Amino acid sequence: MSTGLWLRLLDGLLVTLELTLFGAVLGLVFAFAAGLARLSANRLVRGVALAYTEGFRGLPALVVLFWLVFALPGLGFQLEPLFAGVLALSLNIGAYGAEVVRGAVLSVPAAQLEAATALNFTPWQRMRLVVLPQAVVAMVPPFGNLLVELLKATALVSLVFLQDLTFQGQIVRAATGDTAATFAGLLVGYGVIALVLTRLVKLVERRAAASLGRTTTSSGPHVGPLVTEGAR
Amino acid sequence: MTTELITFDRVDKRFADTVVLDDLSFTVRAGERVTLIGPSGSGKTTILRMLMTLTRPDSGTITLAGEPLFHERRGDTLVAAGERHLRTMRRHTTMVFQQYNLFPNMRVLRNVTEAPVHVLGLEKEEAEERARGLLDMVGLAGKLDAYPSQLSGGQQQRVAIARALAMRPDVLLLDEVTSALDPELAAEVLDVLRDVARTFDVTMLCVTHAMKFARDVSDRVLMFNEGRIIESAPPDELFDAPKQERTRQFLRSVIDES
Amino acid sequence: MTFDWQAAWEAVPPLLRGLVIALQAAAIGYVIALVLGLGFALSRRSHQRWVRLPVGFFVEFVRSTPLLVQLFFLFFVLPTVGIELSAMATGAIGLGVHYATYTSEVYRAGIDGVPTGQWEAAKALSLSRSRTWTRVVLPQAVPRVVPALGNYAIALFKDTPQLTVITIAEVLSVVKAVGAQNFQYLELITVAGLLYLITALLIAWPVRVLEHRYRREVA
Repeated sequence: MSTGLWLRLLDGLLVTLELTLFGAVLGLVFAFAAGLARLSANRLVRGVALAYTEGFRGLPALVVLFWLVFALPGLGFQLEPLFAGVLALSLNIGAYGAEVVRGAVLSVPAAQLEAATALNFTPWQRMRLVVLPQAVVAMVPPFGNLLVELLKATALVSLVFLQDLTFQGQIVRAATGDTAATFAGLLVGYGVIALVLTRLVKLVERRAAASLGRTTTSSGPHVGPLVTEGAR
Repeated sequence: MTTELITFDRVDKRFADTVVLDDLSFTVRAGERVTLIGPSGSGKTTILRMLMTLTRPDSGTITLAGEPLFHERRGDTLVAAGERHLRTMRRHTTMVFQQYNLFPNMRVLRNVTEAPVHVLGLEKEEAEERARGLLDMVGLAGKLDAYPSQLSGGQQQRVAIARALAMRPDVLLLDEVTSALDPELAAEVLDVLRDVARTFDVTMLCVTHAMKFARDVSDRVLMFNEGRIIESAPPDELFDAPKQERTRQFLRSVIDES
Repeated sequence: MTFDWQAAWEAVPPLLRGLVIALQAAAIGYVIALVLGLGFALSRRSHQRWVRLPVGFFVEFVRSTPLLVQLFFLFFVLPTVGIELSAMATGAIGLGVHYATYTSEVYRAGIDGVPTGQWEAAKALSLSRSRTWTRVVLPQAVPRVVPALGNYAIALFKDTPQLTVITIAEVLSVVKAVGAQNFQYLELITVAGLLYLITALLIAWPVRVLEHRYRREVA
């Protein structure tokens, strides 16, 4: 394989990592906004958040991506392709992330809120100083699973001509004609990135556990990332 | 002249179809130490939770320092209190819980300084000085940097007492603070509370099964049964010569247990 | 340009035909995922290292790599080693194997949730290992994970648009084919999205009911 093809793969890798990073950041924003909104006292706010989470958990990411890239121009909007990719991926992952945020906030014992009330914190202080710091610790492991899901989903952008790792892999396959080796190599590549991401999340997990004075997280059985409720 | 700091006037509370408080009226004077005893489910804890605004009464009025707790004046009428009124009222009281309820995300020192800084508006240095003093008093000067999960139950409860006192409350509510502890750890917590009773000029309402402690610190003991107070007397009188058969029966069962 | 309602209406019948094909692939794939996932879960609890470790590695690997690339791999590489499958079979196998790695974790959580006392009771009664599994452990483990398994039915169905890359005539393939003629992508993709949304919500409905019932039982 020529140096040019290797460079192509490197370019593709960078695009994949970019999509994963930006998708994760924007996805976190959606997840927190919608997850906290689902707990709002305001019915309208709750309703909008519910529509978002149920909607995007029912829409395939690929269809959302196609809509942003091929349908939206029909209404007179043309998005930057990379932005369209990041937006589609983060809208999708954010809907699952919102359930993680909601579940984690609800998992903080009511007794903690009562203690905060007994110390006369305002409702917002209770959330900011007591509930969220504990909830975030519970969010880290499921967010780690979602991060790998996001990485996997980035491959979809190759179908709308964004030149990510999978797209460049197709070019390499066409150039070398070695189908088996190319696709196997791609799979190994994604597997390695996923492994690195998982390791990073484990580090964060340990830091988060330390913020509650624990040495290890109580890691229950790994339940798949797309299931935020009902398992166990 | 003594003043009534707390007044319960014909307070009712039910959960589903259980009557928790049944047309209950009583008063507590400023500075008084009152112990609430009685079988579980007789409404003692509900009294404390209401004073802490964690539970609302179904009907009746609770007055704290001359102000209705769950009502506020809007013009000439009384309406259900909003969060703002409740926050003003909560300045008078604070509570220590059976399960300590320390914040696991904060070290010991910060557990005690957090509310003084964010609620009372103290400077960080001042709050820390106050916290150090209190933690020293409860015997935990050496644990300032520990997380709650690294402490024994007795130590956690003593931090919780320091955390409550740091708010300089008028009323300290103690809800079965030793019930979750082994006898030995309970004893160290009770010793701290005896200290508190000696040194602080604070009104105390205490739900407990520790009868010797109740005798030592309280001015008055209220015996609860089925949502009513069936006997109210100074501890020596109530423990040594109870007037009600139900009280005698209850005291016997508590003594048998220990 | 604005939304052409007429074109949207006309797109419904061909898109529905695509949806039926997507549902077929999803149904076969889901059955594979349910059965194979249980196999994975049991293998990962095997006493034999040479069973446990390779299966564990395979499950972790498949779960952390994109379905899209796996589909490419199956579709283009299997024929080169003499395995000729229809596109539909390839797609269903791809979906099934991918989601078996998820369902296996669900089964595993369910099995772990059976109290150790149950295993000990089975041992005290001298039940055989296979009898312990089929009569004691699995009947307790499986019902409680049904809602979680149901959630993966929705997830799997939502991944069927990717089958377009291996020439299956599902919804997105219809979008591309019809769109190539009339260029009304806005209407086509919008209708396709709505069809997916409605179908996913219909699948989700019984799952939510089960989730709800289960949670009440636990509480």
